[in-house]
Amino acid sequence: MYDSSDLRKGLKIVIDGNPYLITDFQFSKPGKGQALYRCKLKNMITGYTIDRTYRSGEKFEPANLEERHMQFLYKDGDGYHFMDTVKFDQVSMTESQVGEAKNFLKENTEVDILFFEGNPIDVSLPIFVELQVIKSDPGVRGDTATGATKPATLETGYEIQVPLFIEEGEVLKIDTRTGQYVERVKK
Amino acid sequence: MTPARANMSSGSRNNGRVARHERLKIRSKIISAIRSWLEGEGFLEVHTPILVNTLAPEPYIETFRTTDVHGSGSMYLIPSPELNLKRLLSEGLNRIYQLGPVFRRGERGDRHLPEFTMLEWYRTDADYKDLMADCEAILQTTAKAIGLDGEGVVYGRNVIDIRPPFTRLTVEDAFIRYAGWCPGPWPDPNRFNEDMATKIEPGLPKDRPIFLMDYPASCAAMARPKPSNPSVAERVELYIGGIELANGFSELTDRYELEERFREWTIARKRLGFRDYPWPQRFISCLDSLKPCAGMSLGVDRLVMLLTNTSRIDDVIAFTPEVS
Repeated sequence: MYDSSDLRKGLKIVIDGNPYLITDFQFSKPGKGQALYRCKLKNMITGYTIDRTYRSGEKFEPANLEERHMQFLYKDGDGYHFMDTVKFDQVSMTESQVGEAKNFLKENTEVDILFFEGNPIDVSLPIFVELQVIKSDPGVRGDTATGATKPATLETGYEIQVPLFIEEGEVLKIDTRTGQYVERVKK
Repeated sequence: MTPARANMSSGSRNNGRVARHERLKIRSKIISAIRSWLEGEGFLEVHTPILVNTLAPEPYIETFRTTDVHGSGSMYLIPSPELNLKRLLSEGLNRIYQLGPVFRRGERGDRHLPEFTMLEWYRTDADYKDLMADCEAILQTTAKAIGLDGEGVVYGRNVIDIRPPFTRLTVEDAFIRYAGWCPGPWPDPNRFNEDMATKIEPGLPKDRPIFLMDYPASCAAMARPKPSNPSVAERVELYIGGIELANGFSELTDRYELEERFREWTIARKRLGFRDYPWPQRFISCLDSLKPCAGMSLGVDRLVMLLTNTSRIDDVIAFTPEVS
């Protein structure tokens, strides 16, 4: 258990059964009064931020979080399935748990999965992934002005803007932080 | 790492050190100016013990306890030299001050250190109004000593007009204005404390120093009740630029009333799960010969923060507790 005086930025605690990350922390103690610990907390499952003020002497349960390196196996009607690359056990996550990461998950992609009390809550992707273009109309002939783009659908079903010279079947490097095209991968 | 990058990073580290050293020089000038002003006013500098046997059982101040010292049991690092300074006053000294380290357990933040530097001064035959005038003079004197003109101090985004007299505002008026309720003599302590931190302190004007005065009777600490209105205590806190800088009182010299408060505080400490202190009998006994007096404590590190436009207390001290 943590005490109020253990609270600090970066600490992870459980509130109402959910894991929260302290993203901002302020100690204050108005003259001769009781110490106040003012926190901004981010729900590590939903991403929502809340403000809470605690007094001295309050107790907090540490959020029991574990990160495991896993490989994405496949997606089916039950969700997204991953396998531990060392222990070979498998976990499944729903589409909403996977969130935006679903756009970049192709078979064999290695990811870090965050577990809270044994349940997967978040997927951390590599910064760059390589995905194949499965559908893109040819660019308008002769239009090679830089900056001109066209839509393309990638193998994960994710639609992205790409330069006009990109053709179906090509593999692209995508930045998962921004979701944007980086470059063409020569195979 | 390329050589250029290596130079850059060690350069910025040195710049941080230079800035800290610069602030330590200003800090030294500020402390010298405080001492010479107090000396000019006839104050005697004293050094009462830092390690003591007994303490005032204040509910929200936690102390560091030593292990067994010379077979006499535990001793404590002072959270303030208050009790022993009043004992000296009761022996007949009239104007005294102590400037040095004090210790408070569990206090750590951008404006809090578990070991910090406090100036505490006392005047006999005086009340909290005299202390407010002292604060105005100390601000003027220290600002001028470090080359400011004694008119304005830049702190963060504000220019603070430090020419006396500073604004005086009662706690009741501040609560009505910034929190929308009137605390009365016995406000709910949690609501009072929380609104003080979240509504009053952020609401107070930042362009003028403010004395918040006349605290509810339940927040009197060791201040005497106001003779014309005993539902409030003659306690004052100085806020400058959002920083709580000093706290003082017209001292309560009525032994029986103080003993009653100590008993209530002891119960409150027990309820909050804090340890029991030995009863401060020598201090209680000295009250029989204590003249009317007033005393104030001022956070020296915070004064240096204010006058050097520094947002973190860590940057105005030699070493933080984490690395000392």
